[in-house]
Amino acid sequence: MASVRGLDNSNPEIHQKANERELLPEEEDDEVVDKIDQREVFDLVRTINDPEHPLTLEELNVVEEALVKVDDDNNMIYINFTPTIPHCSMATLIGLAIRVKLLRSLPERFKVDVAITPGSHASEHAVNKQLADKERVAAALENSHLLKVVNQCLSS
Amino acid sequence: MAKEYGMLENIASLEGHDGSVWCVAWNPSGSLLSSCGSDKKIRIWGKEDKEWICKTILTDAHERTIRSVSWSPCGHFLASTSFDATTCVWRKNEKEFDCIATLEGHENEVKAVSWSRNGQLLATCGRDKSVWIWEVQDDGEEYECASVLNSHSQDVKCVRWHPEKELLASCSYDDTIKLYCEDDDDWVCFDTLEGHKSTVWSLSFDKRGDRLVSCSDDKTVKIWKSYPPNNKEGIHTNGKDPKWKCVCTLTGYHERTIYDVDWSHGSRELIATASGDDCINIFEQDNVTDENQPSFMLIAKQDKAHEQDVNSISWHPLYNILASASDDGIVKLWRFVET
Repeated sequence: MASVRGLDNSNPEIHQKANERELLPEEEDDEVVDKIDQREVFDLVRTINDPEHPLTLEELNVVEEALVKVDDDNNMIYINFTPTIPHCSMATLIGLAIRVKLLRSLPERFKVDVAITPGSHASEHAVNKQLADKERVAAALENSHLLKVVNQCLSS
Repeated sequence: MAKEYGMLENIASLEGHDGSVWCVAWNPSGSLLSSCGSDKKIRIWGKEDKEWICKTILTDAHERTIRSVSWSPCGHFLASTSFDATTCVWRKNEKEFDCIATLEGHENEVKAVSWSRNGQLLATCGRDKSVWIWEVQDDGEEYECASVLNSHSQDVKCVRWHPEKELLASCSYDDTIKLYCEDDDDWVCFDTLEGHKSTVWSLSFDKRGDRLVSCSDDKTVKIWKSYPPNNKEGIHTNGKDPKWKCVCTLTGYHERTIYDVDWSHGSRELIATASGDDCINIFEQDNVTDENQPSFMLIAKQDKAHEQDVNSISWHPLYNILASASDDGIVKLWRFVET
């Protein structure tokens, strides 16, 4: 998929990586119940590889900490991601990789919504609808070729 | 909002599936419940000494997720559809089930299957945007494709036959519902029901079949009514075909996608909905309603019915008992009781 096509965006802008998360004293205290927070979810997705470039989604500014919303009490997580260009043909694949990463990492109680940052992609609605359709996501993940590509994005 | 006057009492939790359970279906007598899911297995559940147990597990027919199961009206056959692009028909024998036919033709995932009232027709639908109608021959041994309907522009999620007539309904990722009937030896789409703002996941006819209920990713439930030619309300119809119109929209009852809806055909005509918000809701028509503008009330709400999304629900054919299936891998049985 990614390898047979030309690059959509051959010269992407590269962004500064965030610092490593600072461990707070209460986080090392097992007595304190840790809620899942924005930074924790961001840390899960920032290192996902872009399907085309040897760069992470964070370095390409596809994911940003500010665009992650976590409501631990209600088991909800919302993530917006910003394709590097408005006609990026990899948008669905990137969204799928984010979804799979969170499905595999977070407790099952969480409902995860992954959507394109409003206004940043020409097919925003169609991509969002596809990513929100869990039946199609389930079917896609049974496709061994696609799963391989997703796993490549998730390997670090 | 009026106070709910019913509740769901959990009478059994059936564990055994490994992974999401996608569908549950009762046999016509209500003695057996079948379920299927991402573990590629079909489980047949039944009651033994007051306990619900798994009686049989059907394996090795499908290579991928089994998305749906449906019993023939005679109860002797079970059809299953899979992401592997096939539909299998199983015959129920004394103790076991044999896979007697594999229906091929869809290009990819088959999403749903439904038997017509007399058991002579089978409909399937899938991601290839098509609806197939199969004629059942030789006492259920042979299946011949009678029609391939390509009216939808996207993934077709569900098909359901009318409870009495040879009339088929389908719903789709293209946000519409379509109705089909046979015309001059060929099947045609005679009506498209527009109104939902996103994927229509499922639908169910009422007992007489002059209304249907649909549920959607837009978090609403809609009730549609059939207006025959020369109806007294003056709704315009085309030729001999009825015109279906949305007469009621239930909104604000679910927080996420509504994946399934089932309208019970018992003495109480209850509508059950299953949602990605883990809840099950039960609605009933207000008995003082105008049929052209009916109102439905929420009469029971089961929060946290499951630990994860509720994918499927099915009313027992005889009693006010509901089966539900979830991504949490569990099938639950509920009794509707008035409070």
